[in-house]
Amino acid sequence: MSDVQTNLYSTDFSHGAAPSGEVILETRGLTKHYGGVHALQDANFILHKGEHVAIMGDNGAGKSTFVRQITGVETRTRGEVVFDGRPVHFENPMDARDAGIETVFQTLALADQLDVPDNLFLGRELVKFKLGPFSILDYKAMRERTIGALEKTGVKIPNIRGTIERMSGGQRQCVAIARTATFHSKLTIMDEPTAALGVQETAQVENIIRTLKEQGEPLILVSHNMRQVMDLCDRIVVFRRGRICANLDIRAGEISGEDVVAYITGAKTQPEYADAA
Amino acid sequence: MSETSHGIGGLTFDAKKRAWPNEMNVFIALVAIIAIFELLGQVLPYMNGQSLLFDFNTARDGTILNMVRLKIIILQVSIIGIIAIGSTQVIISGGIDLSPGSVVGLTAMVSMSFAQTALVNGNPNPKAIFGEAFMDLPVIVPIIVALAIGILAGAVNGLLIAYTKIPPFIATLGMMVAARGAAKWWSKGQPISFPTDPFADIGNGLAGWSPVVIFIGLAILFHFVLKYTVYGKHTYAIGSNEDAARMSGIKVDRHKVLVYTIAGMLAGLSALVLASKNLTAQAGMGVMYELDAIAMTVIGGVSLAGGRGSIVGTVLGALIFGVIISGFTYLRLDAYYQEMVKGAIIVAAVVLDQWRRGRAAARG
Ligand SMILES: Nc1ncnc2c1ncn2[C@@H]1O[C@H](COP(=O)(O)OP(=O)(O)O)[C@@H](O)[C@H]1O
Ligand SMILES: [Mg+2]
Repeated sequence: MSDVQTNLYSTDFSHGAAPSGEVILETRGLTKHYGGVHALQDANFILHKGEHVAIMGDNGAGKSTFVRQITGVETRTRGEVVFDGRPVHFENPMDARDAGIETVFQTLALADQLDVPDNLFLGRELVKFKLGPFSILDYKAMRERTIGALEKTGVKIPNIRGTIERMSGGQRQCVAIARTATFHSKLTIMDEPTAALGVQETAQVENIIRTLKEQGEPLILVSHNMRQVMDLCDRIVVFRRGRICANLDIRAGEISGEDVVAYITGAKTQPEYADAA
Repeated sequence: MSETSHGIGGLTFDAKKRAWPNEMNVFIALVAIIAIFELLGQVLPYMNGQSLLFDFNTARDGTILNMVRLKIIILQVSIIGIIAIGSTQVIISGGIDLSPGSVVGLTAMVSMSFAQTALVNGNPNPKAIFGEAFMDLPVIVPIIVALAIGILAGAVNGLLIAYTKIPPFIATLGMMVAARGAAKWWSKGQPISFPTDPFADIGNGLAGWSPVVIFIGLAILFHFVLKYTVYGKHTYAIGSNEDAARMSGIKVDRHKVLVYTIAGMLAGLSALVLASKNLTAQAGMGVMYELDAIAMTVIGGVSLAGGRGSIVGTVLGALIFGVIISGFTYLRLDAYYQEMVKGAIIVAAVVLDQWRRGRAAARG
């Protein structure tokens, strides 16, 4: 597989807002089988600091599975994940978060009956008095930081004390995304963040993503939206039937939407990924 | 930051603004039910204009309230109310606990065995369970025994539910049957009586108000715990969306064990008060208490689907429960009607909860 890695490293960063050459995340031979289902097979993937990479592919191509292996939701069948310079084996999503990976999962990890600050700080509440499980919550600090996070991301929520269940899909998604922005993460992953949103709500989420780009925060964006990916990302990695079948630098503007679709449908495969054909 | 109003992305919000609290609805229901009974007292010819809660002859106790009946109402819900504080937490976390009634029976039997006096009117205690060495123990011993049994039973429930993934309904049903069996086995069905004076004070002290004081004290404590601690927040989060809680790094399994353990401990406390108040323990004590406790919580607005409800609601639910039972006695209706109406009220409360959830979902 070393030839593939060389190929990825040699990606030309000579134009655009060049991400630094430093690698933040790398997977080698990452594989996940569900019984006989080979949902993910030998994924070699590299993400550089400051880089926004899109993951595309048909339904069932293994995109979410890939995300779940990186974020500690599931235990991988085999392969390596190197994050921020060291091999990692996250036991659960909290481990991944502690290490600096913030994820907006495809199925929203929000508690409907709680309000916005509660959801933002779910599982890592601020406390003003430590007493094990009975530590006293610091509501005021959590509210203030929530407002800070919403302002930072430009998210519009009419009432942060309202429960999540009363909010629109877009607002809920924004809360989930604001959650990742609240904590200083080293890597943000979003799995189809705009799939269920209207035009305006999608634009809002895209603005948040642009803000992340300006701040130099790396991002993995799983998306079906070609325009969105072309607008927001530096690179597209295409998954097909559990394998990576293309790695396309799109900043130069030489790669068209049709090219990408050809890779997604299997009409084309990059030579270095021949075994995915 | 200012607490009043903020603009984010052009929209303003009021940081203090809250939705109409559901407890208000429960309170209004309580007032309405009292009003109905008062009205019936006035219009039913055989009632001769009696009142449920009022007694305008202030010469009797110096108030315009019928303190005797008020005390009966609050007293009769206090002991089950202590259980309901635990049921509230279990149900908010998305579970259910059918075992407290039986745990009350078992705990009453065992703790009473450690609370007996050696001599009754100068004669040896006729109901003695243990020998002399275990008589006239300090009152702290039966208290610790009661807490320990409650905690143990609750912990077993929690461990079964969290780690074997048995549905809570089944796990606690097993405990319900097993603990009742253990209660009967403990003294081969014999009642256990004649406790020491300090033990008798637990449920009879403070001019008979002590069960109420214990119930309200625990309610205040757990109101605080549910609202202002990480434990409380996680309890709501797990009941609201268990997967989200797990994904957010909450140790869901460990938390469930804690919730059921606390519920068990409260059942143990309830047994302590009950046995003390009655000065005796019997294997049949606490039968159906779990259902009354669940009824109180559901009437108080705790959602059986989890994630929603409060201790304040449950206390109000307990009062509604007490008013209805006393109201039926006051209207001189048969106990059969009481039970039938109790059943109807539970169903109505659940229907109301589902309707409320349906509305919330439609808005979302
Ligand atoms: N928990 C699971 N058990 C069995 N098969 C699964 C599981 N999760 C995903 N799969 C299968 O793995 C494949 C990839 O799924 P997924 O990663 O969700 O695709 P994508 O996100 O690209 O649409 C699909 O064939 C799917 O049915
Ligand atoms: Mg997916």
